[in-house]
Amino acid sequence: MSADLMFDLTVFVLSLLVGFEVISKVPATLHTPLMSGANSIHGIVLVGAMLIASTARGPAGYVLAFVAMAFATANVVGGYVVTDRMLGMFRARTPQPRKDGES
Amino acid sequence: MSGFDTATHLVYLAAAAGFVLGLHLMNSPATARRGNQLSATAMAAAVLVTGAVLIHDNSITATGVVVLIAGAAVGGAVGLYAARGVAMTAMPQLVSLFNAVGGGAAALLAVNDLSSGPSVSASVAVTAALDILIGTVTFTGSLVAAGKLQGWIPSQPLVFPGARALTGVLAAGFVASGCALVATPTHRLPLILLLVAGLGFGVTMVLPIGGADMPVVISLLNAFTGTAVAMAGFVLANAVLIIAGALVGASGTILTKLMADAMNRSIPSIIVGGFGTGDTAPVSGTGNAHVREVSADDVAIQLAYASKVMFVPGYGLAAAQAQHQLAELAALLEQRGIEVGYAIHPVAGRMPGHMNVLLAEANVPYPQLQEMDEANPEFARTDVALVVGANDVTNPVARRPGNPISGMPILDVDQARAVVVIKRSMGHGYAGIDNELYTDPKTGMLFADARKGITDLTAAVKTLVA
Repeated sequence: MSADLMFDLTVFVLSLLVGFEVISKVPATLHTPLMSGANSIHGIVLVGAMLIASTARGPAGYVLAFVAMAFATANVVGGYVVTDRMLGMFRARTPQPRKDGES
Repeated sequence: MSGFDTATHLVYLAAAAGFVLGLHLMNSPATARRGNQLSATAMAAAVLVTGAVLIHDNSITATGVVVLIAGAAVGGAVGLYAARGVAMTAMPQLVSLFNAVGGGAAALLAVNDLSSGPSVSASVAVTAALDILIGTVTFTGSLVAAGKLQGWIPSQPLVFPGARALTGVLAAGFVASGCALVATPTHRLPLILLLVAGLGFGVTMVLPIGGADMPVVISLLNAFTGTAVAMAGFVLANAVLIIAGALVGASGTILTKLMADAMNRSIPSIIVGGFGTGDTAPVSGTGNAHVREVSADDVAIQLAYASKVMFVPGYGLAAAQAQHQLAELAALLEQRGIEVGYAIHPVAGRMPGHMNVLLAEANVPYPQLQEMDEANPEFARTDVALVVGANDVTNPVARRPGNPISGMPILDVDQARAVVVIKRSMGHGYAGIDNELYTDPKTGMLFADARKGITDLTAAVKTLVA
């Protein structure tokens, strides 16, 4: 096994553990925004898609790069926008003014 | 390492930290939106620095630039349009589609890497094969799941003759072609076979899964996508992809486990086949003999003079689009000084946490949205529990052994002083068994469509207190 692979594997395992730790604290109320937010994070493949586009030569390479770019950008843009839209709906109290509130 | 490389790596590191902190801020509804914005900023930084790398390396062709921009424009427009326009009831489909494109893009990265390089190291070949396999399974699996959720593909378990055998052949096919690909990474044939096997397996894996199990399937595919992205990070030797992928993999795994536990189902049994295909012999029914039918006016009196009311919403509420009517009734009761809460079972809805979003959209304040563990102790001091569109998750038989839902965590609705169930008929839930809550002497059944039932109740309460 190469040193690079060992290093990448270390990063992978530690990130998984950090993920478990952080995400287990998210309340069930927010599980849908959590999932769509996590969805936007895996839109990071966009970085990889950009690298494909930079090395693409010939029609097949360009088609591959185009599809990868379109998929990844849809993932990033759509994911963040819809998560923001959802989270904007979570309010501590109803918009219309009420007497002294519980919160 | 040059100064430019150092700067690039530091930005990627900051982006990864931003993702973790963003997820951390999701631990409370008050900070969650800021968390998502932080995560989006981190993503923008990672993308911009990658752009800078492309300019700095100057290896991209003019056509490459056009392809890059055109791809981003098309994807961005589609993503934006979908995100702006989607109805909250359709969120599960959208999340599935984002899983599909994410997994698909991750698989394409590995395909590109294998088909462009003259030689590929063994470790890259292994991670690339895994990336392609997981990515393609996620791609078609998520598309089928989205189709089922949207109703384009029947949501009941679809099993055609030979389906199991075909799944087995495809599984053997991707193991064999995966091994062949690792042995000869630059050959085209194993790559194509692996693609075909992965894409086929995704379809045959999700088709036999029933609509009721969708929350688990979406979570599982989410975990797959994360893992595929992490594998793409190994292939490209890019740490930020590995970190981001691992975070999503962890999130998907946790949600899958939570959903499976909440439905009392093991993950393998869900993958193998739909609900109702197992040992779900009907529990000997108590019949409809002791059902007490009530009118909207009766219930209005109960509600108007209660001091604490708990709503128990299920998917039936969302299907009838009655969240807004329910929120209106709640506001009316609150004006009378009645304490109102919503008891939300983890699988109320079509994806984890779905019901909370639907109620938040109807302007229900989030402190009233109570998770199962939080809500259950409240039922004992609840005067009226109003069940709308929820069935199996309220059935007390789950506490006894020997039936299909034994051991399933339920909402303790039967602990409330009085129970009212709004339901169209005495029909069964997904588990196909009688609900003992309905025949409990303190339960009144209001037979109506969820939307009409709640509207009638609101009108009756208004007349009563006017």
